[in-house]
Amino acid sequence: MSEPTTDRRAAGVAALAPARRLGEMRHLGLLVALAILVVIGLVTRPENFATASNLVSILSLAATIGVITVGATFVIIGGGIDLSVGAVMALASVWATTLATQAYGPWVMAICAILVGTGAGLVSGWLIAYGRLVPFIATLAMLVAARGLAQRMSDRRTQLVQPENAALVDLSTTRVLGVPLLVYIFALVVALGWVVLNRTTFGRRTYAVGGNPEAARLAGIDVRRHTMLLYALSGLCCGIAAILIMARTTTGSSTHGDLYELDAIAAVIIGGTLLTGGRGTIIGSILGLLIFTLITNLFILNGLDTSDQLIAKGLIIVVAVLLQRRNLKERST
Amino acid sequence: MSENVARRGFLVGGLGGAALLAAGCTSNEPAAAPSSAAAAPAPAASGNDQPGTKVTIGFSAPAADHGWIAAIAKNAEATAKQYSDVDFKPVEPTNDINQQISAVESLIAQKVNALVILPNDGQQLNQVALQATEAGIPVINLDRVFPDKLAYRTWIGGDNYGMGVAAGHFIGKQLKDKGVSNPVIVEIQGIATLPLTQDRSKGFADALKTYGFSVTAKQDAKFTVETGNQVATSLLQAHKKIDAMWNHDDDQGVGVLAAIKEAGRDEFIMVGGAGSLNAMKEIQSGTSVLKATVTYSPTMASSAIRLARLVAQGKGMSDLVENSVPQSITLASETITKDNVDKYLELGFES
Repeated sequence: MSEPTTDRRAAGVAALAPARRLGEMRHLGLLVALAILVVIGLVTRPENFATASNLVSILSLAATIGVITVGATFVIIGGGIDLSVGAVMALASVWATTLATQAYGPWVMAICAILVGTGAGLVSGWLIAYGRLVPFIATLAMLVAARGLAQRMSDRRTQLVQPENAALVDLSTTRVLGVPLLVYIFALVVALGWVVLNRTTFGRRTYAVGGNPEAARLAGIDVRRHTMLLYALSGLCCGIAAILIMARTTTGSSTHGDLYELDAIAAVIIGGTLLTGGRGTIIGSILGLLIFTLITNLFILNGLDTSDQLIAKGLIIVVAVLLQRRNLKERST
Repeated sequence: MSENVARRGFLVGGLGGAALLAAGCTSNEPAAAPSSAAAAPAPAASGNDQPGTKVTIGFSAPAADHGWIAAIAKNAEATAKQYSDVDFKPVEPTNDINQQISAVESLIAQKVNALVILPNDGQQLNQVALQATEAGIPVINLDRVFPDKLAYRTWIGGDNYGMGVAAGHFIGKQLKDKGVSNPVIVEIQGIATLPLTQDRSKGFADALKTYGFSVTAKQDAKFTVETGNQVATSLLQAHKKIDAMWNHDDDQGVGVLAAIKEAGRDEFIMVGGAGSLNAMKEIQSGTSVLKATVTYSPTMASSAIRLARLVAQGKGMSDLVENSVPQSITLASETITKDNVDKYLELGFES
């Protein structure tokens, strides 16, 4: 009597094993979601969706916020949060397009954007690490202040990239192998982010600091310094994103990057990074972001209302987090 | 105690750092800046421009969050300065309803001779405008209308429906002349939920209908350069061949044009909206897809100041038979093309 039961159980376990192994493939759920969206695209707009130029559009649309998402992934894995990303990008774009900065040419503009972004990140990081402010509060303050400073500096005007600095705009219009340069920059940032997170001491420390700061401190990591650097890194990414947005829109404006913080955080969370820190991947975040970008693309291709698009995004966030929680439970048992 | 001092030192350090950051290259002043776009049309050839009784005109408008509003304030001031008999009293611009109400109250208390008000919200400032009128101060209502006609002496503003009509006629005629049948017409709106956007879209659709055309696709882009760029990028993918595009707002149009350029598309004609200097320069160049823009011109602020002066001095408009200024003036939306752009350049506002 007992023999067949165990047999069946054994067979069941054997059958489950590959399935479970599949479930453990970290990003399977995301890939499935992406695949579903692609199928929807193929079915609803076969003639427009699967074209090379649409693919390139999707990647160019994702590039700006994608770069920011890389920085946000580091901060969130390190147990923090950065709400200021969109505002800092706006500030960097405005600072780099003031006529005073533009007088020095495109390279100075790019360096200016990066310095402003990194500087703002350092200030937030310093407030959090050494000023003992809660990350939420410190970066919220930076969001408001950076947006305000951007408005003041630009007098709420849209600042055009002057014709003599058109080299900056070339990042968006020059194509190599059919793909705009800014998509390569995006790919490079993602690749560098992956290497730093997975193959360097800095990356390992990030996981340690986010997972258990006390243990990290006892292990000899300078947790404060590391925390500050994480926000500086996020700021650096905002600076790079500012260069990309200047290239794409040919402008710097205090209205750039509105609500980017929400999109970036949502992409990171959908990608499987824990908001409590200590766990997460760059690839997951980028897949999460691509899902969002693809939804926007599909809605516009089909001429649907933008409000419905927001509803769809909200649903996806909830479903993704619910699935993650189930995964976590399965893993812990 | 030492803890306290350390904290203070920390705070001071933070402020110092911020000040240093801000002191960098943030100036926007170099000579390269285009000259201000204050509208200064030639004085009308009538006795109305001769100095009359000295009048004080109060002015209240929202804080600039868009090139258009910035141009409103600038135009009002520039026009007031042209008249030796006008004492111009602007109040601090604000986006806070409460503050605007108290600002207008202070102007009433100063017993100005006329008020020009562009309210943040017509509904919410109606009461204070009524107070002014009851205190014997004529109110010139600029653009956003007060619901209560007792609250103002004269309304002057733009025509959103008319903007759509002008854009629709320009596109309709161009396509008809080309002999296009079943054209693909794309519309990029501002904020879709605003009544002004809905009016613009309705006018556009109505005018197109007279040519037997209709809008193929429309999307809203929230009035910012970045959203304009994003929406246009995807719209261009959705429609491989477009015949005409109307973009409601020249400021977001900067982003739309960048997207078009990046996609390397030039098979269609594009029409803008509002009448910014950038858009006019694009039209003037002749090489851009942007062939026209339909105005919603901030020069209305200049006209409002002139009206306020006339009302306060008890004069009428010299070209009209009546002895006093009309109750309501809706400005026509004008179509700016390569042919007439030179005439409009000085009226264009920087976005």
